[in-house]
Amino acid sequence: MIRITGKPVDAAAELREFLGVAGEGAVASFIGTVRAMGGVETLTLDHYAGFTEKQIGAVVDRLVADFELTAATVIHRHGAMRPGDTILFAATAAPHRRAALDALDRLVDELKTHAPFWKKELRNGTEHWLEPPVIAPAETRA
Amino acid sequence: MHLLSFGKLSHLALDGVDIPADVADSDALRRFLGKRWPELNAPGVLLAVNQTLVRGSVPISPGDEIAFLPPMSGG
Repeated sequence: MIRITGKPVDAAAELREFLGVAGEGAVASFIGTVRAMGGVETLTLDHYAGFTEKQIGAVVDRLVADFELTAATVIHRHGAMRPGDTILFAATAAPHRRAALDALDRLVDELKTHAPFWKKELRNGTEHWLEPPVIAPAETRA
Repeated sequence: MHLLSFGKLSHLALDGVDIPADVADSDALRRFLGKRWPELNAPGVLLAVNQTLVRGSVPISPGDEIAFLPPMSGG
């Protein structure tokens, strides 16, 4: 399941729900929270509704096939968040732990680098968009 | 035509712009809008037509949703 939400993410509830569909074997999960690094007061994520879900869904589908996962989920925040807020819950399930762990590692890496989000930070009362290096989403890369 | 922009381009008022009938492909649209907003043609700004990323110039029509996507931050 892919869900991009503007509401707070309850990671414990998401994990319980995922366990209900994961099947037997191994479940790996990741929770990412907003860092206060550098005095960040607010982190705001912009996304392109529909497109962002589609791009993340393509990544998940590929990993499900590559690692023979029985289930995978990504719950990602958009909108304004404060340090400590959950920004990402991701989970994978497979018959054996190595596939679940490796797939989750790849999934989080791909989300961190290629997911279609745009980040704006508020520091010292000033907002600025983060200027990432020029990267291409998965479907435009060779 | 429904024009969208995100991130550092999200403040641009693209959707109120009248697109001339002779703007019939994505390159022509970039040139037309770029006269007013050169940042739309900055390096790394991608184009999605009806939620699909496009490379090169593609035909566009009045009912299309066209999005300008500056470099993405990741999640």
